[in-house]
Amino acid sequence: MNVFGGWGFLALIALLVVTAPFLGRYIARVFSDEALAKDTRLNRIEGRMLKTIGVDPKVEQSWKAYAASVVAFSAVSVVFLYATERLQGHLPLNPTHVGAVSPALAINTAVSFVTNTNWQNYAGESTMTMLTQTIGLSVQNFVSGAVGLSVAIALVRGLLRNRSNTIGNFWVDLVRSTTRILLPLSLIFAIILIAQGAVENLTYVKCITTIADGKQCIPGGLVATQEAIKELGTNGGGYFNANSIHPFENPTALTNFAEIYALLVIPFSLPFAFGRLTKRTRDGITIFTTMMVIWIASSLLLLHFEVGTNQLNLVKSSNISSVATAKVLPEGQDLRISATSCAVFASSTTSTSTGAVNCALDSIEPAAGGVALFNMMLGEVSPGGVGSGLYGILIFAILSVFIAGLMVGRTPEYLGKKIQSAEMKLVVIYLLLSPAAIMIFAAIAVILKTAKGAVGNPGSQGLSEIIYSYVSTGNNNGSALGGLAANTDFYNVTQALNMAIGRFGLMIPVLAIAGALAKKQTVPASSGTFNTDKPLFAVILGGTIILLVGLTYFPVLSLGPIMSHLQSAL
Amino acid sequence: MLRQFKPAIYIFIVLTLGAGVIYPAIGYVIGQTIFKNQANGSIAYMNKTPVGSYLLGQSFSGNIWFQPRPSAVGYEGNASGASNLALTNPKLIQNIEQLANDYRRQNGLPKTTSVPADAVTASGSGLDADISVANAELQAPRVAKARSISLARVQSMIDRATSTSPSFIFGTKVVNVVTLNLELKEMKLQ
Repeated sequence: MNVFGGWGFLALIALLVVTAPFLGRYIARVFSDEALAKDTRLNRIEGRMLKTIGVDPKVEQSWKAYAASVVAFSAVSVVFLYATERLQGHLPLNPTHVGAVSPALAINTAVSFVTNTNWQNYAGESTMTMLTQTIGLSVQNFVSGAVGLSVAIALVRGLLRNRSNTIGNFWVDLVRSTTRILLPLSLIFAIILIAQGAVENLTYVKCITTIADGKQCIPGGLVATQEAIKELGTNGGGYFNANSIHPFENPTALTNFAEIYALLVIPFSLPFAFGRLTKRTRDGITIFTTMMVIWIASSLLLLHFEVGTNQLNLVKSSNISSVATAKVLPEGQDLRISATSCAVFASSTTSTSTGAVNCALDSIEPAAGGVALFNMMLGEVSPGGVGSGLYGILIFAILSVFIAGLMVGRTPEYLGKKIQSAEMKLVVIYLLLSPAAIMIFAAIAVILKTAKGAVGNPGSQGLSEIIYSYVSTGNNNGSALGGLAANTDFYNVTQALNMAIGRFGLMIPVLAIAGALAKKQTVPASSGTFNTDKPLFAVILGGTIILLVGLTYFPVLSLGPIMSHLQSAL
Repeated sequence: MLRQFKPAIYIFIVLTLGAGVIYPAIGYVIGQTIFKNQANGSIAYMNKTPVGSYLLGQSFSGNIWFQPRPSAVGYEGNASGASNLALTNPKLIQNIEQLANDYRRQNGLPKTTSVPADAVTASGSGLDADISVANAELQAPRVAKARSISLARVQSMIDRATSTSPSFIFGTKVVNVVTLNLELKEMKLQ
């Protein structure tokens, strides 16, 4: 137990199991049809605001209109963010006189934040002004999470509706996700962060004479408020280059624990919201359990590789002693953040679509990095990003009932909806589009000499860096093996394309599935219906997720992290 | 599709005001009224002059100071980051061996002395203000000698700079180099 720092991990699991159902119930109340119809003061204000801009909150949209709204809103976001980055040199809140972001980097960053990826080919403290960080990047942290949540709720409505042409109103869902879920939670979390030492000021940079009479410029900015939504919205884009290793983003052991909790809590609460909205509590619990088991297993595996191996063996000729109980080389780690929490953070950040890090992933044990890579390859469904985790696992659930249906020769159904050819075609697009893009881009990068030259470590670890970057961007994660010097036109552009495909290439099929399901009649369960609220379904669902990914990615996993692990002789 | 752009632009503006202006403004006001010290970077003062932040490491050279951990960014406050060297990279192993030899030489330790891992590995932020207790204790005799003070006195300073809070959950006991070296400097003034 000592080696695994077991108490922290157990406390985290307990806290999630206890709090996620309550948050799930609250989220369900925000989006339920009854809540939307209620005549509360908040609803009246919201309704009046929406009506003045020509949106009737009572009028629902077809899946096509819903998808068009998602795309239009995201396009406006990309344009605004790109313009802010390019013009930041002439805009206020720029005390250090930072210039415009280069076009390729600006487009990469704009797409990155709009798609909830938050891949960063820049160092925040030297590239972005306070204005760009706060009204540009930080706003996207909110709304990109809110877009994901809206799409997930639309899919749940699709399962719920009977012979309906509509799946809700995107504008209402977007505004409610932001104002009633993300903003209040972030404010509470931001206050905790500030109290612990995360900075929140407008000084930006303050240069002083140090104790030993040197010079040091202390950075500032509205960091804590951005940090809060960075975790809660499963975004992960750091205010500073070092992300959650930076003392001003993650100052103490307490904030470190709180940040891991924050990036997991909304995704883990969504299966409960799903159970509540569909009035099938046990289906929700089955999905929650599947997510939980995969996340715990991956965390234990990461702990085993990172904390359970004797890394000091690598330096045989020098006599090095361990810092704490674990025999870890803390290269890329800060001491107030233990190696144990580094492993749990790494598994959590890649199981969700967060991508924040509290230790440098390029320097952890290679097989541990491989587990992080595998988590993203699962499509981030354990528990996944805000919204994207729920719709991702529901797509896997549809595939699972389909496979189970084939085995017994019955028409598969999920929550009373028959799963037929039209839905399955869309499911296949959802499952194959992003892996195809990832592998094609990675293959090109490995062939091109200049792209290959960007790696920071020799051998199979270098290959891992390239693969990791496309798996991370394609699954909208954003974590990186930081040795890759990816701020080149090639990486900026191919990653931007990869992120857009990984986001909208998946969201649009999800909404199409929602539309197709909404149109169907809900059939009552019969004796031949496969129960989706039993442990057996959790086993089939988990098995489907892992087998599918294993078959897709195993060759590249063996050439990258598995090879590095064997080479490192750990 | 085009019909969606009008609400998209309006709602984008409204949400930008809410999440990009009002929300950080509330955070700013709370930070600057209730948690002024923390929100402004936990600044360390000597004679009312700021000399750094308790959260950010600084570079210290010379025998009279405790040395912080190696940094990939040289403790520049407006940069941060790790070395990103992989455990499979021979360069990392070379660096560690070099740093271990330097550490032994500087602290007058025999070749067989085992060196704490944190003293020979670059931190993740490049701004780590902490070192391990073992690391501080190995440096203590050198600092005591260079300053002509008793080892017991230096040891008591280490104890005062050792934080117990990180062991709360997930953490280990660490010594804050900024706190420690600031006390050494203040002692000199007395």
